[in-house]
Amino acid sequence: MPEQQPKLVMENIVKEFPGVKALSNVQLSLYPGEVHALMGENGAGKSTLIKVLTGVYSIDQGSVTLEGKPVHINSPLEAQENGISTVYQEVNLCSNLSVTENIFIGREIKKYGRLAWKEMHQHAEKLLEKLQLKIDVTKLLSSYSVAIQQMVAIARTLNVSAKILILDEPTSSLDRDEVHHLFAVIRQLKKEGLAIVFVSHFLDQIYEITDRLTVLRNGEWIGEYKTKEIDRMELVSKMIGKELQQMDDISSKSTVNQEKIPASFLKADEVGVKGKIDPFDLEMRKGEIVGIAGLLGSGRTEMARVLFGADRADKGKMKVDGKEVNFSSPRNAILKNIGFCSENRKSEGIIPELTVRENMILAIQSIYGWFNYLSKLKQIKIAEEYIELLNINPANPEHLIKNLSGGNQQKVMLARWLITNPTLLILDEPTRGIDIGAKTEIMKLMTRLSKDNKSILFISSEIEEILRTCNRIAVLRNRKKVKEFYNDKELTQQDLMKEMAGGM
Amino acid sequence: MIKSMLKSSLFWPIIVLLLILMINLFFDSSFFSIEVRNGHLTGSLIDILNRGAPLMLISIGMTLVIATKGIDLSVGTVIAMSGAIGAMTIASTDGTGLGPLFMAIGLSLLICTLVGCWNGLLVSRLGVQPIVATLILMVAGRGVAQLITGGQITTVYYDPYSYIGGGYLLALPFSIFIVAFVFFVAVLLTRKTALGLFIEAVGSNPDASRLAGINSKNIMLMVYMFSGFCAGVGGLILSSNVMSADGNNAGLWFELDAILAVVIGGTSLMGGRFYLMGTVMGALIIQSLTTTIYSIGVPAEINLVVKAIVVLIVCLLQSPEFRRKVFGFGKVKRSGEQKEREGVTLS
Repeated sequence: MPEQQPKLVMENIVKEFPGVKALSNVQLSLYPGEVHALMGENGAGKSTLIKVLTGVYSIDQGSVTLEGKPVHINSPLEAQENGISTVYQEVNLCSNLSVTENIFIGREIKKYGRLAWKEMHQHAEKLLEKLQLKIDVTKLLSSYSVAIQQMVAIARTLNVSAKILILDEPTSSLDRDEVHHLFAVIRQLKKEGLAIVFVSHFLDQIYEITDRLTVLRNGEWIGEYKTKEIDRMELVSKMIGKELQQMDDISSKSTVNQEKIPASFLKADEVGVKGKIDPFDLEMRKGEIVGIAGLLGSGRTEMARVLFGADRADKGKMKVDGKEVNFSSPRNAILKNIGFCSENRKSEGIIPELTVRENMILAIQSIYGWFNYLSKLKQIKIAEEYIELLNINPANPEHLIKNLSGGNQQKVMLARWLITNPTLLILDEPTRGIDIGAKTEIMKLMTRLSKDNKSILFISSEIEEILRTCNRIAVLRNRKKVKEFYNDKELTQQDLMKEMAGGM
Repeated sequence: MIKSMLKSSLFWPIIVLLLILMINLFFDSSFFSIEVRNGHLTGSLIDILNRGAPLMLISIGMTLVIATKGIDLSVGTVIAMSGAIGAMTIASTDGTGLGPLFMAIGLSLLICTLVGCWNGLLVSRLGVQPIVATLILMVAGRGVAQLITGGQITTVYYDPYSYIGGGYLLALPFSIFIVAFVFFVAVLLTRKTALGLFIEAVGSNPDASRLAGINSKNIMLMVYMFSGFCAGVGGLILSSNVMSADGNNAGLWFELDAILAVVIGGTSLMGGRFYLMGTVMGALIIQSLTTTIYSIGVPAEINLVVKAIVVLIVCLLQSPEFRRKVFGFGKVKRSGEQKEREGVTLS
């Protein structure tokens, strides 16, 4: 391969955002007919690099060479014209249009000034056939599964004669068969000379499908390797870097005391929501951190939401402190001392137009009711206390929360619930998209809370984090709780991954 | 000092209001003079306050609705209904003593609040879009008002009724006291209890508010009820002013003026933060504009155009983007948005 001319070379790419260097001296080279993995933890700069490549962001420094010619990609449209196409994690097509319409939108085939539907349908079918897919292209996109929608997204990029195809976390919501299908398609596209960038969190898949990989960490280029020549441990340590040492002091494995079973707080018995999560049993005990491991779409969030009353359980019984409860809204759960930090900080967490102070006291105020208003003095005192405790920056309670960085917003969300002093705190991906420093702080906080006899349900995509902090771990797969582990010394990432992936 | 003044949402509305009043002074040097006549204070300023009372009331109600990311298009017809109910209640009594007055007020305010409750139920419980939900009543309400009055202009022959809109208390028009009272209650409820915080939270991010334990459905229901109540009070004042009820024309286009007043006052139609004082200023701007146009003798045909231009100016002045582009100050803080995007990128 190396003797071939590379399709794309990116050199010394620098991208800065106010206060953050998102990319510093990053390089990437792609050869025709290769699958190239982009590896890195959250916040490593993978997404930024992809957005630079697809023209969403302009670069501050560095050069991009496409097939030997230097190019400046200033907009997604220019990227497309240059043959660079992306299929995102969340399919960004119009689900209320037909498959054909989605494939041809923006470049419709016309005949005598009118849309040539017959040709388009035929062409769409041919494109999808290439992807080993036979579906009715006149049906609405929304009537198909995510996997098929993804194929349609790929077909759409093929239609624009792509040279470089970027697949950003394409497998995160696919089941095993669908992944195999996708890989078969990738191999075929590879044969046709496309350069494919593949981003995934799943190491197995990286080793199965990719030829080479580039590792990023904290916006820095760590190295480029042949997939066959680097083993898993080495790769993981390259991705995680110093993080392993930094997090060493947050191990709660030693605090597990299995002889004395702590008091139970919440008990779910065959609780389920049709179409969202199969009936499951779960017991939350005081002073315990319970982790939920599972792939995206495995029902993690759904489980949390039903425990919190955000979705109403249509099966099973739930008991809090021995008394049966039936949560019809989050308010019921909050009044029973349960808190829930949603993974969608932006849509379900922050109230953008309000200040940090107001965001913090919202939950406690809703417990007090609207008539029993905390005085502003008290509010400021509480806010200042938690700003200091969680090290929130800027340390001004009157700042609008929308002007804070993601990590600091996350801390404000945590503060909102800590203020209510919940007995059970459900944290859905509290460490996503925030820097390592903040991550460590949040995990330390969790350990502290559990020592304080609180119960914590911790959902995370990072198995590493779960293994480090949790006493017990429930594994979900396909919207079903498949296994529960005690986190003793023998439990390894592999054990969990095996259950998460299922039957491997 | 000046900086904090510039930042205040009230700054531009007050400037514009003063400007309009100054223009009046230029055409009519006695514009600011207030004299005592028959023991009543009279003058153009008092007149503006008096005439603007219904609009101020309705806009106060509208402010809270808009703060929840909603809108209430039905206020105009609720005005008509309120007047019709008031007039018909009085017509059905013997017209002696104060009994009929209190009956009329009580009944029409009760029904208007219930009507607001209907809007609120449609929006909060059935999830109908506010613009559609209140449009239903906007259309139907006028029909109801006409049914109540039998399709005719009903005249009220009952003197105490005139006190609501035309009476005087402590030498000032009584309607000013009504506005002050409703305004005071609204401020008290929203700023001295957590209601204001909840309204802003629900308007800014309903999902997050629900997950924080706020009963957003009840909050929404409440603001629509309050809006209906305010429109009811405004309707009584208007009908009392003319001592009649006109199901056809009473309160026509009031919803639009009220929405304008709210927007001029600095409350965004996107919901979230609301400014009651700003709304009152907005309503006064609209009212003094109307007064000005009549007093300096602008032909009635271009009345609406002038009004539109002034409103446009206020809205532009309220926009930080515009101020920065034109005057080069009033720096726009966009870093928040940028950081937001960054957050997405880095993850």
